[in-house]
Amino acid sequence: MSEQDLKKTPLYDAHVAAGARMVPFAGYHMPVQYKDGVLKEHLWTREHAGLFDVSHMGQARLRGADPAKSFEKLVSADYQGLKPGKQRYAVLLNAEGGVIDDLMTARPDDDGLFIVVNGACKDNDYKIIAEALKGEATVQRLEDRALLALQGPEAAAVLAAHIPEAAGMVFMDSAAVTAFGTDVLISRSGYTGEDGYEISVPATEAARIWNTLLEDERVKAIGLGARDSLRLEAGLPLYGHDMDETVSPIEAGMPFAVGKSRREAGDYLGADRIAKELAGDLKRVRVNLKVLEGAPAREGAEIADADGNVIGKVTSGGFGPSYGGAIAIGFVPPQFAVVGDKLKVIVRGKPAAAEVVASPFVPTRYVRKL
Amino acid sequence: MKFTKDHEWVEVAGDIATVGITAYAAEQLGDVVFVEVPEVGKTVKQGDQLAVVESVKAASDVYAPVSGEVVEANETLGDSPETVNALPEAGGWFAKVKLSNAAELDALMDRDAYEAFLGTL
Repeated sequence: MSEQDLKKTPLYDAHVAAGARMVPFAGYHMPVQYKDGVLKEHLWTREHAGLFDVSHMGQARLRGADPAKSFEKLVSADYQGLKPGKQRYAVLLNAEGGVIDDLMTARPDDDGLFIVVNGACKDNDYKIIAEALKGEATVQRLEDRALLALQGPEAAAVLAAHIPEAAGMVFMDSAAVTAFGTDVLISRSGYTGEDGYEISVPATEAARIWNTLLEDERVKAIGLGARDSLRLEAGLPLYGHDMDETVSPIEAGMPFAVGKSRREAGDYLGADRIAKELAGDLKRVRVNLKVLEGAPAREGAEIADADGNVIGKVTSGGFGPSYGGAIAIGFVPPQFAVVGDKLKVIVRGKPAAAEVVASPFVPTRYVRKL
Repeated sequence: MKFTKDHEWVEVAGDIATVGITAYAAEQLGDVVFVEVPEVGKTVKQGDQLAVVESVKAASDVYAPVSGEVVEANETLGDSPETVNALPEAGGWFAKVKLSNAAELDALMDRDAYEAFLGTL
């Protein structure tokens, strides 16, 4: 894709004016960092509140006679049991139980389901959903909406001043509200491991709402660079890196993506494979590694056992600013994935000591009850 | 001080060249979190990988602006990689190289030429 084909979010001008470094990402011009840089932006989000433009992500409505029942043909989650005002994570599965995309689905109101999918996957996702559910459900892309994320320990106090209802929500609650003089869909969720919200607003209002939130001194604009290091520390997989069409949600360490009622019914795509994996028959699993020496191990670095035999690969890795060291996510056979196991990561041909550690790397701070 | 198009600098005293990356390069990289300096005694040719510098986001190679033998490496960067951001053209140096071909310096840019080059980026 050439530079000219890249799309702009409704906040493009605001990013450029703020001195953001813009990069191509998921078909859009996106801010990888602002003037403070990734490290400071990361730490600010962990201490205060970070505001992210995630308008590249796909927002859509799924409507039909029974959209939850229809959608369950394609995803792993129990969506018929999803109550109004709640949001739930799922993966879109292929016939072999591999992940086509991971996504969030919510019932903020009674207008079908509100779906948020990855920006780089959205065209393919919508096509698959529309074709598979033809005649029973329709997908409407919400191209006229922007998506903001406000994340960090001060996010709730900041947002309560603008959206009083937000304070009464807990992790994975979803609501349709009138705020900032317009219609807003919010969920108490995010991709940083912190408390916070994702806020869907009309594209025409996005810059005004973005600037209003930034007027609060607790809030800074944060780029995608820090979003990546924050999610890595939170042990959250990134689609296209830690998950793809060959990886199942069980291998990826996301068993909760497969709902209990769905496991019992065995009525989802790839159920044969996933049922076996849930019973313990796994060839590889996601592992979180602390790199004990040397350089950060990045995507593509090989993982070896203590004797130097290659057993897997790093799928995401870097420096964790809050963790204070190099961390990585990778895949290895399950016998090597026990917390405390000593492994090696091979960076530029040199083996370096690593240790299997629990996920998340940095404790998450979701507000599960008020 | 002389400069390359890959944003390395070299400062020569006698036959020893001190090598680092420019303030522009350090700013572009962002926060440096790890530096891999060469081993003393290693022989490098102009354009070979000399060191690796890693920011939060990515790893970047630092190329040898001159050929020669590494006679000293800046081991303090192991504990304080942030020095590359704080003092890129001073305390953030990577290695000292004993020149094997001083004529290579002639092809490098001086400060004015390097700044003119930055203006074209």
